[in-house]
Amino acid sequence: MNKTAIIIKREYLRRVSKKSFLLVTLLMPFMVAALAFVPLWLSSIRSDDVKTVAIMDATGKYASLFEDTGNFRFINSDKSLDDYRNSDNKEIVAFLNITGDLLQNPKAATLYSEKQIPGELSRLVNQTLEKVLEEEKLTSFNIPNLREIINESKVNFSVQTIKWGADGSENTSSAMAASILGMIFTLIVYTFIVVYGSMVMQGVMEEKTNRIVELMISSVRPFDLMMGKIIGIALVGLTQLFLWGIMTSALIAGGTFLLGGGGAADISAVQQGMSMAQGGGMSMQPGVDMAVMQEVNEWLGIIHSINFVEIGIFFILYFIGGYLLYAAIFAAIGSAINQQEDSNQFIAPVMVFMIFALYAGIYSIDNPDGPLAFWCSMIPFTSPVVMMVRLPYDVPVWELLVSVALLFATAMALTWLSAKIYRVGILMYGKKPSIKEMIKWVKY
Amino acid sequence: MYFLEAEDVVKQFSGHLALNKVSIQVPPGKIFGLLGPNGAGKTTLLRIINRITAPDSGSIRFNGLESTPEDVFRIGYMPEERGLYKKMKVGEQAIYLARLKGLSYPEAKKRLMEWFDKFEITSWWNRKLEELSKGMQQKIQFIITVIHKPELLIFDEPFSGFDPVNADRVKQEILELKYLGHTIIFSTHNMASVEEICDGIALIDRSKVVLSGEVNEIRNRFKSNILNVALRWEEGIFSIDSNYYTVLSAKARTGEVKMRIRKNPGAANSEILTELSRAYEIMSFTEELPSMNDIFINTVSSTNSTQI
Repeated sequence: MNKTAIIIKREYLRRVSKKSFLLVTLLMPFMVAALAFVPLWLSSIRSDDVKTVAIMDATGKYASLFEDTGNFRFINSDKSLDDYRNSDNKEIVAFLNITGDLLQNPKAATLYSEKQIPGELSRLVNQTLEKVLEEEKLTSFNIPNLREIINESKVNFSVQTIKWGADGSENTSSAMAASILGMIFTLIVYTFIVVYGSMVMQGVMEEKTNRIVELMISSVRPFDLMMGKIIGIALVGLTQLFLWGIMTSALIAGGTFLLGGGGAADISAVQQGMSMAQGGGMSMQPGVDMAVMQEVNEWLGIIHSINFVEIGIFFILYFIGGYLLYAAIFAAIGSAINQQEDSNQFIAPVMVFMIFALYAGIYSIDNPDGPLAFWCSMIPFTSPVVMMVRLPYDVPVWELLVSVALLFATAMALTWLSAKIYRVGILMYGKKPSIKEMIKWVKY
Repeated sequence: MYFLEAEDVVKQFSGHLALNKVSIQVPPGKIFGLLGPNGAGKTTLLRIINRITAPDSGSIRFNGLESTPEDVFRIGYMPEERGLYKKMKVGEQAIYLARLKGLSYPEAKKRLMEWFDKFEITSWWNRKLEELSKGMQQKIQFIITVIHKPELLIFDEPFSGFDPVNADRVKQEILELKYLGHTIIFSTHNMASVEEICDGIALIDRSKVVLSGEVNEIRNRFKSNILNVALRWEEGIFSIDSNYYTVLSAKARTGEVKMRIRKNPGAANSEILTELSRAYEIMSFTEELPSMNDIFINTVSSTNSTQI
């Protein structure tokens, strides 16, 4: 067995067999899901106690329209506002004072409370009164069937976008779907490069501060040691990605199966899922249902129209290239420094590049063929992140090839350069080297 | 033919000259001591032999041939700065390092088990390295250095960190490795061990070899022509005048006289012996050889004073 392979094997197995790796890999998808859904869920929890709201309606027209909800109970009161203000009342949390006809004077209704008024209550009051007033106003026009006419004229419109393929085919495309997909890939690539790149740095530094390098260097070449580590850690990253891929598809497949399964049931299943996701907060009107169904249909079409195979291949290519490029830099940094504390000075410029790439990626979403997106997806330091945004928009093949070639050429050049710094750096103890000294090491 | 030769090795680090035309010759199957005060350049030379760093000029030859990258695999090197993976289990780690030296997995395991048995440390196999004491880690390091049975073994300060019992243990192992045919270089400050086990030495001071050769030859070279003589002597006249020597001190006790004498230039031991034996019965006659420790201190301080 070749020595680099032995090193790769150790670096890989050591990390993959760690409990923390297993935990993070298994729990991360759930954590991401939780991050998205927990706030939604928390906000939907109703508090147990029902709050009482007193309505003092001088007109007598409106009080009866308020219906009790899970959180609020409305009581009709004939006491005056001053009575409540002076008395020590703990049961009633808010007072709705309506002094006159709201159509003529919209300011005639006021909500009082000793505490901050919950947004939900004021929304509830507004919705109830709006509905009533709208109805009242419509009636005041004295036009028969006006309500039906208005319902009829309500249109839900979204333009259909079709992209012409080179072979004359037409594909439904959606800027929305593409941008969401691009954003997800961008974030994954960015996170992986940062996390696994610094893992390389940690590993190199560990060997240096442990003083094991001298022993290693007497049996393997420094280059093999460095590449073994970089490749081993890359495989850990790919394993994690692969496992997440499987878990995600299993979750989606499982979810679809649970929600009904079968082609025809698909739409209703998704639709059901959507209405569930909306938490039942708004009750959908029957007329909207058809529109939703259409939209879901479109979405399914769009998802089918995206070339996942091509995106997947380029995703892996950019992932590997970007990782190699930054891992080489991180390995050189790790070999040059002696303590964790010294790392910041060298990491900061690298992080500036990475964060610039991320922002360039985010801004490219609005204009994926613009100059910023174009140039940043060509420059090797930003291309792995920025190109991810553009991928779902069908980037011209020549651009992809040039960008990938540039990325890999730069990654290789940097690896070569880093190996030179690494070779000297790992055996240098003592003071923190300056950039100038590191450049000198390259010439050794 | 020497097994290893270094010729005119020069190594310049930013600001100072670490090795200045250093040459050493190590014959095969011998133990060679590399001596010198701290910072003299010993470790730099060992690193160059191991091809960890490259010399600025000069050459390293194995069996007369210019050293190649493959020669690294003929060497077992135990660096002075010892380090192993702290979080890794001892056995797993030893196998990993042994395999990097070219052993197959079963072979590595077999040989390691033998060594672990020999050092009575089999129970450490599944312990993490960080649980072991420094001396214990050192034993592991020693085993890893010799596991692939390289022709040349290089130990940088092999006894530091060991208690006297274990230091002796390691010394015996080094001697045994010599009898098995390995060539051994070690650097040390421990002069007593040099006298005991080294065949040849090179003393490096201030980047230069200031003394080299076989241990016995060096000690003879540094001898100060002082003899210790004990003679049977009954009451009576005792003459101590001689053309061959000058008496430095004499102590008379009932039945014997002990003298410390310095040979006069040109005098031979046999002449003194003949003269003395004519008059007295000789109980002991030994030539005082300087210890390596004295030679070390004298040589290093004399080069220091000449430079100042």
